[in-house]
Amino acid sequence: MSTKNWPLWEIFVRSKNGLEHRHFGSLHAADAEMALENARDVYTRRNEGVSIWVVESKHITASNPENNGELFEPAQDKVYRHPTFYDVPDDVKHM
Amino acid sequence: MSEEQIKSLERQFDERIARDEKIEPKDWMPEKYRKTHIRQISQHAHSEIVGMLPEGNWITRAPSLRRKVALLAKVQDEAGHGLYLYSACETLGVSRDELYEQLHSGKAKYSSIFNYPALTWADMGAIGWLVDGAAIINQVPLCNTSYGPYARAMIRVCKEESFHQRQGFEIMLKLANGTPEQKEMAQDALNRWWWPSLMMLGPTDDKSVHTEQSMKWKLKRKTNDELRQQFIDQTVPQADVLGLTIPDPDLKWNEERQSYDFGAIDWDEFWQVVKGHGPMNKERMKARVGAWERGEWVRDAAMAHAQKKQERKEKQAV
Repeated sequence: MSTKNWPLWEIFVRSKNGLEHRHFGSLHAADAEMALENARDVYTRRNEGVSIWVVESKHITASNPENNGELFEPAQDKVYRHPTFYDVPDDVKHM
Repeated sequence: MSEEQIKSLERQFDERIARDEKIEPKDWMPEKYRKTHIRQISQHAHSEIVGMLPEGNWITRAPSLRRKVALLAKVQDEAGHGLYLYSACETLGVSRDELYEQLHSGKAKYSSIFNYPALTWADMGAIGWLVDGAAIINQVPLCNTSYGPYARAMIRVCKEESFHQRQGFEIMLKLANGTPEQKEMAQDALNRWWWPSLMMLGPTDDKSVHTEQSMKWKLKRKTNDELRQQFIDQTVPQADVLGLTIPDPDLKWNEERQSYDFGAIDWDEFWQVVKGHGPMNKERMKARVGAWERGEWVRDAAMAHAQKKQERKEKQAV
């Protein structure tokens, strides 16, 4: 058994110019260069992408679902952030 | 956590799934949910990896360049599918090394179908047509399963899988319309792969220990018997197109059920193969473990090289 395992990398792919990079999945590789090459083979065998980002998984900090209440609930009662909150007569156009 | 707290969390969890909400890696989940998913997803990943072996053997002997590039692409897809699934499984807190270790030690299972030998070129046709056909039936409902990373992996797998089945069917069609010897070869492959393909969809519902819980978690959306009937109903007309005979004298259309009745499956054979006594179990594990062991120096060298590059970069930065 190898003593040193290849670290895990998260793979982000831009499917075409004009779109953002999107998380596609993860894979193991010895370094960033190999992660890029492997991502090419694993995630873009059928022209799924024009650009790849790789980030070692340990560098990603994720929010904890247990804190979802304090993080995301405050936005729920702020309807005044949406255009439909405001009353405008029906015959007003272009608004 | 107290038992009562866990009960309440479990209740909330079940309600989320009932509402068709997805479960993501960092969400709280019952230990049994985690374990069942690790078992099923890894079993699925192992099947993709072991599934490369019977076909990989035929790449160098494919009868034309067209067939060769197709088979090569199919086997490469299977490696890819194994990798998507291993990554999905790792999000449940198990390492890739543990998963490999479970496969190599025989602790984890893979699909029983890959313990049958691929004897002739027609087997590449029968495997694509029948084995991938049965796999698709099994996999399509999983695109909606409750565990997010698994569902996402399955969407990718299903998108890529339909070429596998079509290339298999095309091989069969060509052979079935070829010389009498070629047609006979296709029939022989169908004879050998038909019953194992039916078994591949799993034991009958009354013998399937995981079905009920898996249905609740949407890890399974149809029972084994339903999937098997669906497979038979859609495959029989395809065999008619090929002009080949399905090796089941009891197979006949049931007007009332609007489905095919079929003969008894030899479940003793199925359990023998699952328990490791199939024709190719030992051979498959030997090939897999051998490849892993022979690759060790490559994996180590890649790590050493990466480290050396990193150190050199750090030194230059000083």
